[in-house]
Amino acid sequence: MTLRVLAIDDSRTIRSLLDAALSDAGFEVHLAEDGRQGLDRLAETDPHVVITDINMPVLDGFGFIEAARRDHPDRPVPILVLTTESSPALKDRARRAGATGWIVKPFDEARLIGAIERVAVV
Amino acid sequence: MSGTDLREVFFQECEDLLEALQDGLRQMDTPDHDPETVHAVFRAVHSIKGGAGAFGLDALVDFAHRFETAMDRVRAGDLAADPEVMHVFHRAGDHLADLVVLTRTGKQAGRAGDARLLAEIDALAGPPEESAEGLDFQPLALDLGPLPGLPASPEGAADTGLDAGPDTGPDTGPDAGLDAGPRTALGAASPLPDSLTDTPADPPTDPPAPPGATRWRIAFAPTAALYTAGNDPALLFRALERLGPLRVEADATALPPLAALDPMAPCLHWRLELTTDAPADEIAAVFEFVEGLCGLEITADSAETDAATDMAAGPEHGPEHGPEHGPEHGPEHGGGEAAPAGADPRGALSPAPATAPADPASPGNSPANNTAHNTAGSEDAARAPRSSAAASDAAPAPQPTIRVNLDRVDRLINLVGELVIKEAMLSQSIARLGLPPESGMTTGLDGLKQLAGEIQEGVMAIRAQPVKSMFQRMFRIVREAAEATGKQVRLEVQGDQTEVDKTVIERLVDPLTHMIRNAVDHGLEDPDTRLAAGKPAQGRVVLSAAHRSGRVMIEVSDDGAGVNRDKVRALAETRGLIPPGADLSASEIDNLLFLPGFSSKDTVSALSGRGVGLDVVKSEIHALGGRVTIASTPGAGTTFSVSLPLTLAVLEGMVVEVAGQTMVIPITAIQETLQPGTATVHPLGSGERVLISRGAPVPLIDLGATLGYRAAPAALDDHVLVVLQVDAGRRCAVVVDRIHDQRQVVIKSLESNYGRVEGVAAATILGDGRIALIIDPDEIVARGGGRLPGDLSLAAMG
Amino acid sequence: MTEHSTVTGGRTGELVAFRVAEQDFCIDIMSVREIRGWTETTVLPHAQDYVKGVINLRGAVVPVIDLSARLGLGRLEPGPRHVIIITMIGQRLVGLLADVVSDILSVPEDTVQPVPDIASESARAFVSGVITTGERMIRQIDLARILPEDRPEAA
Repeated sequence: MTLRVLAIDDSRTIRSLLDAALSDAGFEVHLAEDGRQGLDRLAETDPHVVITDINMPVLDGFGFIEAARRDHPDRPVPILVLTTESSPALKDRARRAGATGWIVKPFDEARLIGAIERVAVV
Repeated sequence: MSGTDLREVFFQECEDLLEALQDGLRQMDTPDHDPETVHAVFRAVHSIKGGAGAFGLDALVDFAHRFETAMDRVRAGDLAADPEVMHVFHRAGDHLADLVVLTRTGKQAGRAGDARLLAEIDALAGPPEESAEGLDFQPLALDLGPLPGLPASPEGAADTGLDAGPDTGPDTGPDAGLDAGPRTALGAASPLPDSLTDTPADPPTDPPAPPGATRWRIAFAPTAALYTAGNDPALLFRALERLGPLRVEADATALPPLAALDPMAPCLHWRLELTTDAPADEIAAVFEFVEGLCGLEITADSAETDAATDMAAGPEHGPEHGPEHGPEHGPEHGGGEAAPAGADPRGALSPAPATAPADPASPGNSPANNTAHNTAGSEDAARAPRSSAAASDAAPAPQPTIRVNLDRVDRLINLVGELVIKEAMLSQSIARLGLPPESGMTTGLDGLKQLAGEIQEGVMAIRAQPVKSMFQRMFRIVREAAEATGKQVRLEVQGDQTEVDKTVIERLVDPLTHMIRNAVDHGLEDPDTRLAAGKPAQGRVVLSAAHRSGRVMIEVSDDGAGVNRDKVRALAETRGLIPPGADLSASEIDNLLFLPGFSSKDTVSALSGRGVGLDVVKSEIHALGGRVTIASTPGAGTTFSVSLPLTLAVLEGMVVEVAGQTMVIPITAIQETLQPGTATVHPLGSGERVLISRGAPVPLIDLGATLGYRAAPAALDDHVLVVLQVDAGRRCAVVVDRIHDQRQVVIKSLESNYGRVEGVAAATILGDGRIALIIDPDEIVARGGGRLPGDLSLAAMG
Repeated sequence: MTEHSTVTGGRTGELVAFRVAEQDFCIDIMSVREIRGWTETTVLPHAQDYVKGVINLRGAVVPVIDLSARLGLGRLEPGPRHVIIITMIGQRLVGLLADVVSDILSVPEDTVQPVPDIASESARAFVSGVITTGERMIRQIDLARILPEDRPEAA
């Protein structure tokens, strides 16, 4: 079974990078540009793992996670937060929103896949 | 996608982000800007930093980080965006744009910026440890500190391989954990090659420890939050197993009777035994994501028992950071929702329980962001896919776009041009058949003609873009010009959504820059002079764009002193550009500024140089098929008006016949057409003639003779006179043999395969497939004017 | 284009041979895009006498050079039997007006000989070499020199 990954980032660059890295790893990649789109894609694609940016227009990463957790309480999909900051405060904030884990940018492919492996069955 | 392509994606995105940044910074200049603007600016810088980091563009990362840190303090409310601060931000924005260009072209040597700007930015950013969100930018995946007394390893646990496990979907995560619990409890302990099956394959004996390996005892007590956050103990165990042999023992002592079992409350504790030579931090790293969501105790089962670490921090980890999220979190879930929802009936469909009154300070300035952030608080909105469409409809959110290679568009434009020509050829052939107008062929042809026209219009529109990107560059030009001249200037932009052909925009940047600099340097007075004249110290430059009768009008106006006509006239006389005492209208004097080499300033300005090259501006705009004029009111200011074709690809022209050649005269240059019988023509000198048109003499020339096709006909009967008018009221009447019709023609380059031909602007292909030349009215008028003696002002202005 | 003369030995290039004013000329086949019949041209103002004007080649504006006039052999009055050889000279598409295309030659490069000294100035200006096959002498045209040198630049 191919692992479906939903990647949400407002930066075209980061989306392209994620797409390239995740596709290379053999995952089925779905992309969204903000939290709102992310929620739509989440419902449509039923991903195994979600990777989301924090700072996004329309609906930010925290908002996305909170809504995702609220909408699917019975099915807590692993959500990894992409962040340029590694501060405990930010992680705590992500955790409180319901994030499963985090990936600190800049990431390389190994790091990305490694983080996914820790939250999903690859 | 290759790395180079991805890099290009980044730089293209940077262009958009920089535009958003400049936009946002300017909005921040206004006192009652939308708070969301600050977030948008922050995000733009942040995204540039993030992308730059991905490509290891350290200089860019470094500067963006400093900028972002300062911006974050504004976002957090720790720093007021007063004019001084905004001044630094604007310069930082400019510098960031420069850095992007330098990095893209590979010229950046790793230096982040000039020391002064860096110092100013850093001063705004404040001491690093005080930054609101602890923006300690560390390009590290894992930041769990090494366990005390143990060697740290830079290796993360993340990049080790993983053997395939059973195919549990992610949705089975928590169930798997719960299922596994009791069964594993029955089986006492089981190693985990097949994970959570209840096969008690191995006897519960200690696995042999490899030499150098340490045996670790791990007590692991997950909380419910661990499961709801999407974590799965089974995956953690599997990750541990990759480090070495693992024994898993479930402690079901906390398990209540089955009847009382809360499926969501974890009752299992786990005792793990891991034998590995991996360092302690690698083990800790496995639990990184669940830190605070479980009781965790990792103990080295050896002499080094003091290496034990208690990681059972509560979920309230770091509560002191809590309030600091307020400024960021607040506006996102706070007010402003009612405004966009009310503005759009569909927006009102999302019944947000967290509805707050509309923020009066932001009357729909940025409804997209307001709506968006608020619907985060609305479950209904979050669930309904439609509501996202509603949100984006309610806002001037950017439309989805694709990037297309310009070559493809141009190819399409060429092909459509061909289609239109073929259609015209077909029409002509069919017309010759003399079919009745209601015949199927005729109506079919009409339909085809209309379709071809629409396709052409649509394809042309692909090349059109808003002038906004070009106008945006002018803010910087104004800032720099103001700084260089010590003047205070505010630039206002109007109609920046006006769309013009991309090529026109690209080629307009230089002349526009010239005009803007000229307005600041020569148009506006210095603050003292302005105050003395009863004007505000800050000068105003307005840059506007608008569509007007098939052309685009771009105006640059200032509220300066206006053209000093006495001085301009005196200078022009001194330089021999006009005869002393020439009878010139005010407008004619103003337009003397466009004469080559003319300078209205006595001193050469360091900023724009002598004369600002307004003659160059004029020729550049002419090359685009445009016209530029100047109008000025003494004491009140000067306006430069540029009239341009919407596209360089088509032109509205009058098709005429001259000496057996079919030619096209651009309609924009035609003032009137006259039959010689009704026109007053006077001979002048040796064979020259003038036409009296609208009460003034206009030189009359034969177009065929001017182009070298024939000798000028002596009699004008059976000919038509076309009065051409170009810039500044310069006119000339040309004799043509016949006027065919007026139509839109596709412009074809004559230069790509041949070269420039004097008097000819370009070529086009007519309905019969033959090429017709499009005359260059400016050159024709210059010729005609040059032949008219006694009117030196007209001659000089050619 | 009827016969296919072949001379063996050395590196062989293909040449398009044609007649202009009773003389044989040729150009490298690689620079030939197509050959089409005469079509009326649109006359360019102030052009040299050897520039016949421009034609529409599938949407491109292509100048046509009267080779006879260009080589100083007198102006050609073109008619339906004349041909325009569309060539690529550098980045430019240029049509060459000729009487008729005679054939395509495969010629070893070493059979191209220098232009004899007795040739006229104008001939030597545009001919880069000569090839003799049987009784014929074919002049190889230096395409780069065919275009007007003093094309008026942007005024």
